[in-house]
Amino acid sequence: MTTLQINGKATNVNAAGDTPLLWVLRDHLGLTGTKFGCGMALCGACTVHLDGTPVRACQTPLSAAAGKRVTTIEGVAASRVGKAVQAAWLEVGVPQCGYCQAGQIMSATALLQGNPKPSDAEIDGAMSGNICRCGTYTRIRSAIKVAAGIKVEAA
Amino acid sequence: MNNDLIALAASSPFASATQRVRGRRDFLKTVPLAGLVLGIGLPRLGAAVEEPKKYGGDGMPHGVQDSPKLFVAIAPDGTVSIVVSRSEMGQGVRTSLPRIVADELEADLKRVRVVQAPGDEVKYGNQDTDGSRSTRHWFDPMRRCGASARTMLEQAAAQQWKVPLDQVEARNHEVVHKPSGRKLGYGALALAAAKLEVPVRESVKLKDPSRYRYIGKSNAALIDGPNIVSGKAQYGIDTRLPGMLYAVIARPPVLGGKVKSFDAAAAQKVSGVVKVFAIDATPPPSEFMPIGGVVVVAKDTWAAIQGRNALKIEWDDGAHASYDSAAYRAELEAAVRKTGGKVVRNDGDAYAALAKAAKKVEADYYVPHYAHATMEPPAATARISGGRCEVWAPSQSPQAARERVATRLKLSPENVTVNVTLLGGGFGRKSKADFIVEAALASQAMGGQPVKLTWTREDDLLHDYFHAVSAQHLEAGFDADGKVSAWLHRSAEPTIASIFAPDPKQLAAFELGLGLTNLPYAVPNVRIENPEAVAHARIGWLRSVNNIQHAFAAQSFIAELAHAQGKDHREFLLALLGPDRTIDPNTVSEPWNHGESPQRYPINTARLRKVVERATQEAGWGRKLGSGQGLGLAAHYSFVTYVAAVVEVSVDAKGEITVPRIDVAVDCGPQINPDRIRSQIEGACIMGLSQALVSEITFEKGRVQQTNLHQFEVLRSNAAPKKIVVHLMPADGYDAPLGGVGEPGVPVIAPALANAIHAATGKRIRQLPVRGQLAPPA
Repeated sequence: MTTLQINGKATNVNAAGDTPLLWVLRDHLGLTGTKFGCGMALCGACTVHLDGTPVRACQTPLSAAAGKRVTTIEGVAASRVGKAVQAAWLEVGVPQCGYCQAGQIMSATALLQGNPKPSDAEIDGAMSGNICRCGTYTRIRSAIKVAAGIKVEAA
Repeated sequence: MNNDLIALAASSPFASATQRVRGRRDFLKTVPLAGLVLGIGLPRLGAAVEEPKKYGGDGMPHGVQDSPKLFVAIAPDGTVSIVVSRSEMGQGVRTSLPRIVADELEADLKRVRVVQAPGDEVKYGNQDTDGSRSTRHWFDPMRRCGASARTMLEQAAAQQWKVPLDQVEARNHEVVHKPSGRKLGYGALALAAAKLEVPVRESVKLKDPSRYRYIGKSNAALIDGPNIVSGKAQYGIDTRLPGMLYAVIARPPVLGGKVKSFDAAAAQKVSGVVKVFAIDATPPPSEFMPIGGVVVVAKDTWAAIQGRNALKIEWDDGAHASYDSAAYRAELEAAVRKTGGKVVRNDGDAYAALAKAAKKVEADYYVPHYAHATMEPPAATARISGGRCEVWAPSQSPQAARERVATRLKLSPENVTVNVTLLGGGFGRKSKADFIVEAALASQAMGGQPVKLTWTREDDLLHDYFHAVSAQHLEAGFDADGKVSAWLHRSAEPTIASIFAPDPKQLAAFELGLGLTNLPYAVPNVRIENPEAVAHARIGWLRSVNNIQHAFAAQSFIAELAHAQGKDHREFLLALLGPDRTIDPNTVSEPWNHGESPQRYPINTARLRKVVERATQEAGWGRKLGSGQGLGLAAHYSFVTYVAAVVEVSVDAKGEITVPRIDVAVDCGPQINPDRIRSQIEGACIMGLSQALVSEITFEKGRVQQTNLHQFEVLRSNAAPKKIVVHLMPADGYDAPLGGVGEPGVPVIAPALANAIHAATGKRIRQLPVRGQLAPPA
């Protein structure tokens, strides 16, 4: 039995320590907002925060998350920045299919929590691990700037 | 059978089938079951022997439906439920179609909820969410649907007040008696309205577009947006049922391969693995059916994957084990360099014109296989009980899935329900039911217990329905005046028809008509030839389909011709397009025209000219650029929409490419949800750049070589254009024909990029992806 702190709540999980956090969240705990995309930390769809740091849940064994604070898309709105990022995503109309957006929002939130006014290069640097096959990248950049209160140049 | 328009609060599946999903249990309760619909679609009256050919939505299997008794329900509290029968995969259809109905219905969107229809085409009309057709085919039926419901509510109010119908008017969720100012809300009128006949199609009075509140407006909030950003949105892979098991499948690595033998001993020892068993393949052409393999069922997805890793399988690869992309490319290139192949268009005498041309130009182009790589890989959940199978799936074609599941399980389609979840990307992959049938087979093997089948990314890339690889050869001749007198184009590419029929070697009309035979240029002698190509992998539709390679070749070649003549590409392209005219598409190729009427949808060269002019003007065509920088242009007509793009590139000394800006001009006729049109075109730019720059699927020994996203690369944020600007051409009212939107943005991007690279560096790109082609020699 492993105890995790997920979105502020102590949660017990009965799974082998090498089970990826992704499948613990999705299959054992029903937190399906964290998405499976590649299983190799290549696409970022499964991004969650471990003690505030963005990690790929598909490559994070349960044992590595034990005792740490895990924040998922279902809990990110508890932070001011997370809430602002979600609101900016809606304001800009970022999502198309939306599948990757949980991971995008988790990466963007972590970026802004550590760097409230990122440059364009810093945004691309922080977001390039998150693939969006629908191609919402330009809107993601705009939404991050909206959330950060950075003036967005009109198209 | 409840034939009322009204849905009586929570007792009705209609009323409870809300899109506002709160939790997993709610989701399962709220997924519409078979009895969603309040009436049954009338059988199409089989008119006469010689029925005229039908086009557009009417020409699709099961046509269109427009009755509010199918698509609208109003609860006593006034909540309006609107059924969407098409699948949401990012194009915004669950936002756009209800906005059309709500506008005509004079409903307040804040009091509207969206209900997803299960797969049932007889009832709802055609459900193939593909071909850039949903809004194009359903704008008019959904307008009529909303207007009919509005009329019925007005009639109900007039009857209740005993006043003439022309004294009442529906306005923003209530009906007003104009002389007295009396009002009745929609909830109060619903029961009486439901008892009225639906007005006949011809009598339905549509709103004056000047009064539209939602149609054509730019501020359309996404209906699923709040659920998406909070992680509550339910995709196919997210389904959870009580007692559910999890499955993955080891599939034959080569097309047509079979399991010779397998040893499950080690797999069965993996903690959590419940059962291991083989399923039969549908032999090629396997169409939309499973390709067989060994199923591992476990207590969670991870255990199933670990179990599969422990399997020992011996495969019988079969006839396609020698498929090798390098050798196949050589075969295709040899085929297109030789005179011959099926003649698929022949105007004048291109060979004679080439023979006497003052100058000739020729070039070969190569475009590889691509995979769809939807961010949500294929996944579906099934359960079987009491002789009924119910599945939850991210399906672009739920009615087809229903039929295939019924066929494979030997059930009648009435005993199969396909519930449609959100799709985490579709791009054509999720039109195929193979993964849904697999889930049903897995459940069947588990005695009907619910099973969720997940494709890993490796499964997705190794067993996709791939975009066709192609080799193309083009030749053009100039006459003494420098005009193009001959155009010869040969293309060899395996056909999508190969998944349906044994071994066809030539392109079908629905592939030829995608930018190969239907080019509208003013060239007197045109010959298009289609040499044979054998398919060694499952070939499928991928967003914009054959237009990708055809536009890449033709639009690159036109730029090459301009260069050969020392002319500006834009001026050359416009001259080649010739005088403004409309072309009957049947005169330039086998009838296809995307299923649209040649009268209503002729090819209009003025519309293509105008998008070229708009895109180039907006991009500042001809402006001074620095060293290593260039602008490239391409224009293409597809899905009855006209698109031109100008791509700006910057190439550094190491050959690294950046794209500062793309301008795209789009003429898709009337624009119902402009923000979603823009987002589709923005996304098409990214997908087009992925194909042009980095993506490629190759085969060796019959097996795909790219196992995950480190090898099948797609564009990432750091390589995305700094800016994409979409310019929508004004339309001539809302009765003008609609064009498609989801796909036509893709084909122009690769050639515009290649042309920009040429402008920037002088290097001509004739094969995709570009990848390392610009790197300086080591």
